[in-house]
Amino acid sequence: MPDLMKSPAADEPEVALAPPSGKAAEAGEVGGARSLWGDAWRDLRRRPLFVISGLLILLVLLVSAFPGLFTSADPGSGDLTNNFLGSPQLGHFFQDDWFGYDRQGRSIYARVVFGARNSVMVGLGVTLLVTVFGGLVGMLAGYFGGFWDSLLSRITDVFFGIPFLLGAMVVLNAFTDRDVWVITGALAFLGWTQIARVMRGAVITTKHADYVMAAKALGAGTKRILFRHVLPNAVAPVIVVATIALGTYIVAESTLSYLGLGFASDAVSWGADISDATQDIRNNPHTLIFPAGMLSITVLAFIMLGDAVREALDPKLR
Amino acid sequence: MGRYVIRRLLQMIPVFIGATLLIFLMVNVMGDPVAGLCGDRRCDPATAARLKKEFGLDKPVWQQYATYMGNVFTGDFGTAFNGQKVTELMSTAFPVTIRLTLVAIVFEIAIGITLGVLTGLRRGRPVDTAVLILTLVVISVPTFVTGLLLQLFLGVEWGVIKPSVSSEATVDELIVPGLVLASVSLAYVTRLTRTSIAENRRADYVRTAVAKGLPRRRVITRHLLRNSLIPVVTFIGTDVGALMGGAIVTERIFNIHGVGFQLYQGILRQSTQTVVGFVTVLVLVFLMANLIVDLLYAVLDPRIRYA
Repeated sequence: MPDLMKSPAADEPEVALAPPSGKAAEAGEVGGARSLWGDAWRDLRRRPLFVISGLLILLVLLVSAFPGLFTSADPGSGDLTNNFLGSPQLGHFFQDDWFGYDRQGRSIYARVVFGARNSVMVGLGVTLLVTVFGGLVGMLAGYFGGFWDSLLSRITDVFFGIPFLLGAMVVLNAFTDRDVWVITGALAFLGWTQIARVMRGAVITTKHADYVMAAKALGAGTKRILFRHVLPNAVAPVIVVATIALGTYIVAESTLSYLGLGFASDAVSWGADISDATQDIRNNPHTLIFPAGMLSITVLAFIMLGDAVREALDPKLR
Repeated sequence: MGRYVIRRLLQMIPVFIGATLLIFLMVNVMGDPVAGLCGDRRCDPATAARLKKEFGLDKPVWQQYATYMGNVFTGDFGTAFNGQKVTELMSTAFPVTIRLTLVAIVFEIAIGITLGVLTGLRRGRPVDTAVLILTLVVISVPTFVTGLLLQLFLGVEWGVIKPSVSSEATVDELIVPGLVLASVSLAYVTRLTRTSIAENRRADYVRTAVAKGLPRRRVITRHLLRNSLIPVVTFIGTDVGALMGGAIVTERIFNIHGVGFQLYQGILRQSTQTVVGFVTVLVLVFLMANLIVDLLYAVLDPRIRYA
């Protein structure tokens, strides 16, 4: 979470260098006008939605980084004789049988803990790829306009025209050994268009701003104008869309698993577990509820975060 | 208006060619186009070579694409892995999926816009918060989980609906599958309408309408809603294509033999002709829907005129 806030904030002094009339120049004064992000941060800290989702995301990140801290059970080993579809013991906090056992006698709690990593990595990986690539395409199209805009926008339209899930399925079907990287690549391959469109729109509104003109007049190079002036001021809507999209990529991964085109069956992932549980949902709903619940809570946290940031950044909604 | 439409149609040509070429390349380069023709086993090299020659797959890709598109424009979409004509599959699959998509769109418009207006006018009140939380939950639970749970409870446990849809796929059988298909978009439509209404309710034209003594109902439906619908219509328009392509999950859960079912089979069996053919039609639908949306702008907002 703090990372999200840090990057644009870190650029503030840089922005302040060139445009003397820019809002960032005043940000340095103690008690004076605040920057857009500083203002948003003050506003966000007081929002319960933001605090809850931020804490949830921190927890999920912690679980995916160090699953061993939360359980000592092995998510891959099952005891069929004793644990076959054992029901959850909700009082046994953090024990192996807390969430019950699946049809191979494996601890669902351990699988939920260890499965976090794959889902989170797909979500973060796809978001990172599409933000960098889509952001670049959108920025170039929006800033240069004319021929480049037409070309890049048509290419974006081409990728946008192919249904997202379908395209990912076609790509994934070519791989028998599907790991995090393959799934991330397949989702990013068709997913970047949304960010590109948002970024293009944001850059078009930013590029005529006074401080961009001022930087141009002072003789700043195109690269400097793009990355020091246009980007920091156009990045807000992109961050909002990317945060919300992160959740939907996690959902997409689980959907692909349900369709048999996600992680290989031996991988520990929420998507694969939910998909396995669908055969037991009538008599043993606990096999579905816990992985699906964890996935939904994670996705919910990212969407709420994006929402909270959007509301904080949009003065029209204050 | 006429000139605008013609210009837009001309602009669609490169996008159409690009999208069909892209999916053609994806299926051909990523997969082995003859792999699906020998059942679950691998084709032996001699047979594979003969099949490739027979289908012209030994020629360069651009030539294959040109031949394929030439055939498509004469109405020949090729044959699927089981020897059926792809056009035959389309003629049975598309009516089913179009019905399913229409049901979904009706849900989006009826429920989504109503809830959006309701919450947008009562921002911050309990109704607003409740609906907002509900939309978040709907978005974050994967569609296949929602679908399976609805099928389990409504279909199996309580017997309200038939758990699986018959091959006729009549509209009343498609109500629950349509709701499942619409669910995520429904949530987005609600949120979009809500934001748009909340933004516009303080607009000058709304104040004018209130000031000249129009009834509240007329202010909301004629002035506020009509102007707030532009982003919503944009979303629903682009969603038509996504719904038809995204019906894979819903059609699999409820055993509906529509476009999603055929595409799923086509992708798993690497039937190039089926996948490329269906996606070509979906791309066309998507492009036409976008054009219609742009034309609707002028209807919704009188300030927008197309010369």
